[in-house]
Amino acid sequence: MRFTGFAAGVMLLLAGASCRREERRFSEPAARLARPVHAAQQPSGAPVAAFVDNAWSVSEGQRLYGWFNCAGCHSLAGGGGMGPPLRDAEWLYGGTPEAIHRSIVEGRPNGMPAFGTRVPDYQVWQLVAYVLSFSGRLRLDVAPGRPESIALGEPASLTDRKNPRPPAVHP
Amino acid sequence: MRRHAAARFAVLATGAGACGACDYRRGALDPASPDAMLIQILWWVFFWTAAFVFTGVLVALAVALYRGRGRATAQGSSPDVHPDAALERRTERAVLAATALSVVILVSLLLASVFGGRTLFRSPHAPLHAKLVAHQWWWEIQYHGKTASDLVTTANELHLPAGVPVDVELASADVIHSLWIPNLHGKRDLIPGHLSHLVLRPARPGSYEGRCAEFCGLQHAKMDLRVIVEPPAQFSAWLTAARRPAPPPATASAQRGAEIFARGPCGMCHGVVGSKASASAGPDLTHFASRAWLGAGALPNSALNLRAWLEDPQAVKPGVQMPPTRLPAGELDDLLAYLGTLR
Repeated sequence: MRFTGFAAGVMLLLAGASCRREERRFSEPAARLARPVHAAQQPSGAPVAAFVDNAWSVSEGQRLYGWFNCAGCHSLAGGGGMGPPLRDAEWLYGGTPEAIHRSIVEGRPNGMPAFGTRVPDYQVWQLVAYVLSFSGRLRLDVAPGRPESIALGEPASLTDRKNPRPPAVHP
Repeated sequence: MRRHAAARFAVLATGAGACGACDYRRGALDPASPDAMLIQILWWVFFWTAAFVFTGVLVALAVALYRGRGRATAQGSSPDVHPDAALERRTERAVLAATALSVVILVSLLLASVFGGRTLFRSPHAPLHAKLVAHQWWWEIQYHGKTASDLVTTANELHLPAGVPVDVELASADVIHSLWIPNLHGKRDLIPGHLSHLVLRPARPGSYEGRCAEFCGLQHAKMDLRVIVEPPAQFSAWLTAARRPAPPPATASAQRGAEIFARGPCGMCHGVVGSKASASAGPDLTHFASRAWLGAGALPNSALNLRAWLEDPQAVKPGVQMPPTRLPAGELDDLLAYLGTLR
């Protein structure tokens, strides 16, 4: 009996934690609504966790990835095409969340446009969260279990999620 | 306590009275097309049949109660083990007759419903084609012409010619929605990855309301479609005007606004034909200033409302997929001046 009560308490706590996992924030603090600032000037840590550890942010990032036509150069699942792939371990300009944020905001040579004046800061972080999912660097409970689109091949739910990173190719 | 009850009754009565004065143009009881007329006939057939049966059952119950009063006290609580054979036969016949009548009524209603539904969705030939794409939470409308440059894309306002059947192709960009224009037709689902058709045959000019009738997320309630039925000549004039690109901005302020629109945040999602903004994720804004509503029925389209909407759409329609626009004060004025020119 005592054990049942204890287990119920633990379950409730876990349920509470899972609520935060997909908490939806429709109004961001003023700083996140404005044009994004240089990643180096950002107070580090806090914004990254709020977006990267949130499943809803990741799915919003997925929607924006399509809307802003990121797929036009990086392909739908981040496999790369005209632009570099986003799903391997090789990063031209750094693969940390802050570096990806900076790439989106400031642009990079040879084609990556700067989106800093066009996309509010919170949407950039949502995109960062989604881009991190390509290389399997999101928390397992946050990463999308399966894509919503119809896709050929093995279902994402059956792939090895502990080790999704494809082997790095060294030329 | 009694006074409370009386007050509550008064409120209810006023409410019912107010609804008695409801604008029937909102509902399915004021059909403006042959299809809505058929639905209305079905509705009244069902309503009067159900009312007739309900009254009959209540009357039978009242008669039974009246005739059976006092019987229980006369015979005590012991069960009646020697029933009257003649009475039993009569009761049996009555039950059989009532059962047969119920079966006949239900089968007739079923047939009326099935054949009514088949007539509604048999898709007669329609000379005009339109496409309706449901998004979370707005409607995208396209009219295809003879050439690609005749394509008209607009949002949340469906213009139709009176007396001309229009074949509307239905699609969804995200989740399952359902189109319901009570004055014109029944409901039809819009399902992602699947095209369906609905032939609308508006007979009477007027402005009607359409709704999403399938829960589709947070702002399901604010997903209004205005349906404007005009005489054919007026409709053709509207379509010709809608095919024109947006007029080039005349004033310096509007020109700056156009630049902010295309190079700033708006152009990431919205398009204006005839300008550098060509995105199509959000509603097309080519003739935005001629629309009556903002945000699919969230606010009437006025300069003040538009400013409030741009500054914080989340305050007006929480969850809407449009970010707040944070621009320096002067730039926001320029942007508003530009949006005002999009007639």
